[in-house]
Formats: sequence, C-alpha cells, structure tokens
Amino acid sequence: MIQSSKRITIVTGHYGSGKTNFAVNLAVDFCKAGKKAVLVDLDIVNPYFRSADFKGLLGRMGIEMICPTYANTNLDIPALGADIYSVFRKDDSRSVIFDVGGDDAGAAALGRYAKLIQEEAFDMLYVVNRYRYLTRQPREALEVLREIEAASRLAATGVVNNSNLGGQTTAQDILDALAYGRSVASLAGIPLVAATAERRLAAQIPDPAVYPVDLYVLPPWEEKKLPF
Amino acid sequence: MAEAAIKSGCRHFFGYPITPQTEVAAYMAKRMPKIGGTYLQAESEIAAINMVLGAASAGVRVMTSSSSPGISLKTEGISYIAGSDLPCLIINVQRGGPGLGGIQPSQADYWQATRATGHGDFHILVFAPSTIQEMVDLVYTAYDKADEYRMPAMILADGMLGQMMEPVEFPEKEADQKIEKPWATTGHQNKRAHNIVNSLYLDPNELEQKVVERFKRYERIKEKEPLAEEYLVDDADIVLVSFGATSRIVKSAVNSARAMGIKAGMIRPITLWPFPEKAIQKAADTVSCFMSVEMSMGQMVDDVRLAVNGKKPVYFFGRTGGIIPSPAEVLEQIQKTMGGAK
Repeated sequence: MIQSSKRITIVTGHYGSGKTNFAVNLAVDFCKAGKKAVLVDLDIVNPYFRSADFKGLLGRMGIEMICPTYANTNLDIPALGADIYSVFRKDDSRSVIFDVGGDDAGAAALGRYAKLIQEEAFDMLYVVNRYRYLTRQPREALEVLREIEAASRLAATGVVNNSNLGGQTTAQDILDALAYGRSVASLAGIPLVAATAERRLAAQIPDPAVYPVDLYVLPPWEEKKLPF
Repeated sequence: MAEAAIKSGCRHFFGYPITPQTEVAAYMAKRMPKIGGTYLQAESEIAAINMVLGAASAGVRVMTSSSSPGISLKTEGISYIAGSDLPCLIINVQRGGPGLGGIQPSQADYWQATRATGHGDFHILVFAPSTIQEMVDLVYTAYDKADEYRMPAMILADGMLGQMMEPVEFPEKEADQKIEKPWATTGHQNKRAHNIVNSLYLDPNELEQKVVERFKRYERIKEKEPLAEEYLVDDADIVLVSFGATSRIVKSAVNSARAMGIKAGMIRPITLWPFPEKAIQKAADTVSCFMSVEMSMGQMVDDVRLAVNGKKPVYFFGRTGGIIPSPAEVLEQIQKTMGGAK
C-alpha cells in the first residue's frame, strides 16, 4: 500500500508506461483501506486502454469515476466535463486519483487544473517502465518527466518504477530494473515511492519499495481474472 | 513499428496525425532528429504521400503512417508510386468506417488494401501482423520485399494492435540493405544517363507493356511470397480463416472448441496480397467447411471463397463499427455451424 496523507494523487508518465493499470490498482487499494476514492480519467490524447474502461468494475466496488465527456465513444473530441471541478472542494473527503494522458501531450490537460491543484498538498507520481523505448535510460526518463512538468505546470513528487513486460514479466525482469527506478528518482531529485510487481511475483522481490499490483489492462483475447 | 523502421534503415518519415496511429508519428518526431533523419508533419496526407514518392525516387527507405480515412487520401499518391515502380512502406492502423467512421479497431480496409489502394492496374504488398513482435518483424520483411520487387508495401494493422503493449525483441544489428538501386535519382554526375522516375506514358503501347511487365512480376510474387500460419488444420473439420488481432480471438475460440471435442483449426493469412491461396486450397481437400472471421461485414471472405472455389461451404462471422468479436461469440458460431453441418 502506498502511504499518502495527501488528498490528491496524480499519475503521469510516458505512453504505455502503465499509468492506467497503476491508477486502477491505487483506486482499488484506497477503497480496500476504507477511503472513499474517486478516479478521474484525464486522458484526452488516447482513446484506448484507459481508466474509463473500468467504470463498471470500479463502480461495483463503490469507486466513483469521472471521465472525459466522449470517452469510449467514436467521437474523437477532447472534452473535459465540468464535473471534474467537483473534486477541488477542500472539504471533500474523497481521495482523488488523476489518471493523466501520456507524455507532455497528455499532461497539457492537467495544466488546466494546475492552479486549483496547487492550492493544497498533492502527490504527483511519475510512472516509468524501463522496458519502454524512449525511457530506457534514466536520463531519457528524466527528459520526458521535465516535458510533462512543463506541460502540466506542476512538479512531480515521486517516482513509481513500473518496469514490466506485461503478462510475460518475470521476477528477474523486475529485479533487473530496480536500480533504474532509483536512478530516475535520484536524477529527478524526488523519492522513489514504489516499485510495482504483479501480485504473483511480489514475494520474489526483496525490496522495501515493492508494491503488488493486479493486471487490469489486458487485450480482449486474454481472460480477465479480476480479484473482484 | 517506428523503431523497427528505423532499424531497417528508414531515415525519412512523412505523415499527418490521426487516431489511432499518432504515436508512430510522435515517436518519429522524437527519434529522427537524434539520428540525422527527417521527420516532417506535412500539411495533409496527400502532401505526405507525395513526399514519400519524392524520397523513394531517390532510393532511400521511407515511410508514412496513417489510419483508414488518411489512407483514402493517400491513395492517389500510392497509385503514382506503384506506377513509378518505387519501393516504400505505408502503415495503416485501421479504424471503423466508412467516412469518418470511428476510432475503434476495424479490418474493413481489406478490400482497399488488396484491391484498390488507388486507380489503375496494380497491386501493393500487404502484410497483416497479429502480434507486436510480428509487426516489428514484418516491417523488416516489408522493406526488403518492397526493394526487391520495386513496389509499395503496406502493414495493415488495426487499432487494437496499434495501441496495445507487448514485449518485443529487436535484432541486434541494423538491417543490411542488399538491393542495389541503379534506377534512383541520385545525380548522374556526368557518369551515366539521366534516371527518370515517371508514371506517365503517352504511348498506349508503351503503357500496356509497362503494366504487363508489372503483372508478370506479380505472378512471381504470388508464387513465391504468400505467408500463412496454420493452427491445428491437419485433422480439422472446420477451419476458421482470420488475420490480425482478430486471429488471436479466433485462436482462443479454436482452443475452447477443441476442449469441447469440436475439431476446429485456423489459417491465418500473414500476407493479404499475395493471398495464401494454396494453404486454403490444401485444407479444402480435407475439411468440411470454412468460416472467415473479420472485423468487417465480410471482405477477406471473398478471397477465401475464390481459393476454395466451391469445393466446400464458406461461412462468415464478423463484427463491425469498432466492435471486437469476443472469443465466446466466435465459439458460439463454431458450435452453431458444426451443429448444423452434422
């Protein structure tokens, strides 16, 4: 479980780094910990594999979702609804997770709310996957982070090492990438918050930062074995 | 795909953004300047394909990438490239149509890719990957075959393949470009005659001769280049024919059918043109029927029927509009068909 006293958690990262899978896990864990969670899908740059896909599942757990107006339709219009503003009420008891679109292109949508977000303490997590092209080296990952920060007008507060090869990930793949995650965090000058590992592998990762996750984001031919 | 193209020696990308393939262009925009290549977002798809024509004339490895409505815009240029006997790589990450259609996955550009990527008598090579690894591998193959036969090659993917994540392995070394291109317009330096790249022939006899020569090449390609994967075909009663992402759903359904005692198999065309007729014809001798499964109202089924040539019934199942058929739906169709056939 990721310990956070902040009400707002923002999940950013490179395309395909696993932001959505991480954000959904975070929402489920917040819910299990007895928090009232709301997941805001802020991705208006990519219509596939997004938090909005899990609206039904999360709804059954009592997790609220706020999605772009035309998410999961054929209308390719990046419209963000006014309902997003509801999460900025400071007396709101809900834990808010923002699942932001990939790269600086996706983070631009976050920039629209930067002022409101900065009015209180928040966590902005930068999700990295060593096995993705363009962020394979820590300095490349740093470059993408700086672009995201510039576009969102917000500074990241922590790194999430989500290095994986999907369902084919081995414990060794995760172990091999641990140093990479720390290196990205140290280059960025912020702490490493978590190193994710699919639940079946987590016991094999002897690292204090290990954070077990379930795979929610899967292609349609893979059977979904969801934990709820 | 973008990285595979770079590793195949591509240093020139001309495109225009469209969902669901904009990531290819975004990747090229970041990578090309770092390796001394050219990335250019043109003012339209039509401009981009004509830049591809220009770069291909100079003999370099070049690519463009788009999705269905954008490919329709490019068809004029593709015809000119084919008419000029130039190699290039075109990516189509298909989405729903016609018109603006939708942004979800589709395979409804099969007819366009295999029959009508532009006006005139010509074909292009069409490769249909079903995994991200195969997408990478086929980029290398597509460039090599395009160079060898001096014609455009297309990777026909779909939104699902275009947007999903899967681990891939790249070959260590950059690809060798073995084919000499003495026809390229690289400057004659007073050492040879002018090379002329052209698709206009004023004399009809000359044009006919050019087209006939091209079709002789196509016959060689149809003989040598068809690729298909066969899965549990040898003892199959029913063979499903499917390509791209859909074939992975079909494979799940075939496995479920086998577990229920139905002898199902699958033929997956990897090249859509040339279509792997022989694999279908061979199966037609032993199976009781075929079923083409597509994300369209039924396009490849025409080629399956042509190959089967009336020997066995050919059925069809598809979803369209961006809907991906589920393994359970395909299994239900297999059960219905086999129940009815017995």
